[in-house]
Amino acid sequence: MIEVEVRLFAYFREGRGKKQLMKFQEGTTISQVIEALDIDEKEVSIALVNGMDGSLDREIKDGDIIALFPPVGGG
Amino acid sequence: MNGYMGKVLRVNLTDRTIKVEPLDLEVAQKYLGARGLGVKIMMDEVPANVDPLSEENKFIIATGALTGAPVPTSGRYMVITKSPLTGTIAIANSGGYWGANFKATGHDAIIFEGRGDKPVYLYIEDDNVEIKDASHLWGMTSSEVTEALEKEHEKAKVLCIGPAGEMLSPMAAVMNDIDRAAGRGGVGAVMGSKNLKAVVVKGTKKVSLFDEERTKKVSQEKIKILREDPVAGGGLPSYGSAVLVNIINESGVLPVRNFQQSYTEKADLISGETMTEKHLVRKNPCYRCPIACGRIVKLADGTIVGGPEYETVWSFGADCDVYDYDAINEANMLCNEYGLDTISAGATIAAAMELYEKGYIKDEDIEADGLSLKWGDAEAVVGWTKKMGLREGFGDKLAEGSYRLAESYGVPEISMSVKKQELPAYDPRGVQGHGITYAVNNRGGCHIKGYMISPEILGYPEKLDRFSLEGKAAYAKIFHDLTAVIDSIGLCVFSTFGLNLPDYVDMYNAVCGDIYNDETLLEAGERIWNLEKLFNLREGIDSTHDKLPRRLVEEPVANGPSKGHVHHLNELLPEYYSVRGWDEEGIPTEETLERLGLEEYKKYLVLSNK
Repeated sequence: MIEVEVRLFAYFREGRGKKQLMKFQEGTTISQVIEALDIDEKEVSIALVNGMDGSLDREIKDGDIIALFPPVGGG
Repeated sequence: MNGYMGKVLRVNLTDRTIKVEPLDLEVAQKYLGARGLGVKIMMDEVPANVDPLSEENKFIIATGALTGAPVPTSGRYMVITKSPLTGTIAIANSGGYWGANFKATGHDAIIFEGRGDKPVYLYIEDDNVEIKDASHLWGMTSSEVTEALEKEHEKAKVLCIGPAGEMLSPMAAVMNDIDRAAGRGGVGAVMGSKNLKAVVVKGTKKVSLFDEERTKKVSQEKIKILREDPVAGGGLPSYGSAVLVNIINESGVLPVRNFQQSYTEKADLISGETMTEKHLVRKNPCYRCPIACGRIVKLADGTIVGGPEYETVWSFGADCDVYDYDAINEANMLCNEYGLDTISAGATIAAAMELYEKGYIKDEDIEADGLSLKWGDAEAVVGWTKKMGLREGFGDKLAEGSYRLAESYGVPEISMSVKKQELPAYDPRGVQGHGITYAVNNRGGCHIKGYMISPEILGYPEKLDRFSLEGKAAYAKIFHDLTAVIDSIGLCVFSTFGLNLPDYVDMYNAVCGDIYNDETLLEAGERIWNLEKLFNLREGIDSTHDKLPRRLVEEPVANGPSKGHVHHLNELLPEYYSVRGWDEEGIPTEETLERLGLEEYKKYLVLSNK
């Protein structure tokens, strides 16, 4: 098992909290993390792993920080 | 005349004369209005090298063709003058209700000239225009002067300066509707130098439309796009612009301690989510805006005031290592009341904190003020903001901005500024394209006139690799030109969270007539950008000023996800000049000026080359 920290933002926090430690099997992808959180993948605009952007089929590693955002903007 | 009202007011404060001049429609259409029109007037009427705070400088307030028209986000107006902060062109934009109400008086723009021998304000009620005594208003804060003038002129809207503008701080803003600001470049000081305290407007006229039915249809269509957009219709209305705090921090580009760090574990304490949960009273939308990103918040003492934007939350917050929302809300309120630009004000305190940390500012320099300059001192940040606004004690020095402050200690590089204007809330070492905007912006360090954060972090209109240099110069150029269009037609840049170039063409043509297509409208933006560049060249501000602070190009990011990166400006600038059709010195070529219909300004190329 590997453990990652998941950080949620904006309305993703509703009913889920701001951050949590979650355990997964090795080889788990970000898509599967999103599914485990009961978030619709289509609503995920930005998924950062340790601050870096990339595809949702990336495999997560032990100790990763995963940050999930719905579309946000401003200036 | 469709879109435009057809009249420009020329107010000479020295002679106390008011002239109503016809708007040259051909010029207005070529330069769109607002920003473009104002820059054109500055170029044609103000000679080179005038002191920005002298009576030779002009102070222009201008609306766009769509300001006040029945299309979404049409509450914007522009202030255009020569900046006392940077010495460049100043182009500052604001929303709220004043702009649309000014246009309803039947005028497109006001050109203020000269200087009043005592404080005055201008009152405009449709065709009735009067210069009135403002001696009793001098010294008042934004809410005080607004309340006083609203009592005198029922249902009027007030644009004003606060004490900071009166006392000529080069970071003084022009305020309207109490808490909206044409913030940057020290435009409030130019107004103050003219002894002009306020402009009060009350109008009953409507913008005449080329095709009323089409305008209605086009407007409904654009409102629908904005309402359905997840940012313009979701993130921004729900959380305000401070919704950015977390994404910018998680990406490792939130400047902390005057850009010494670029990430903090404490960011959520000052996020849009936290503001919404703990401080938000209600939304505060501008005129005809379906987005409604503005905030009303409650201060610690229960007072209800305008809330801070993202940039402000950062400047008084993370940049000073402060994570106390009550303090940030109060500093923001003080900036609105005294009429200070929140980015420059907060960033100057951060620079002062670094100067103190490094031993340049000594305890004895600030002892008499009874305030510290220690990182994270929330109470001090509020205290210094007040002293800056009133030029009290050491606050008098702070009121000159971070560049002049740091320069006075022999270390100008501690000022995180470009062309002496403080940089906003994104570390360009982690967003390479955004760094181009900082370096080349005609009004000095600024994020909003080419917001590369959109593609590089937020994924609008597409996601780019934020560390890559490839194609960024060309991308930035398009953003710069498109923003010049939006500023000049009188709409809000936040409408780009949903709308694209063809949408602006649709709206302009429905209101003004079938004048532009996608290509020609973007080219009008390019024309405006180039004219601003020519204004700066005429002032001797050439490409040697297109620089980032040394820290950002030499010192790698110290912490967080962007750790180890520097900004590669030297590799990006030649490409930017090239896609602009400028020579390697960053000067527009004759061919470029001809292509853009700027032939009449070729003479300034000769001057600037010498």
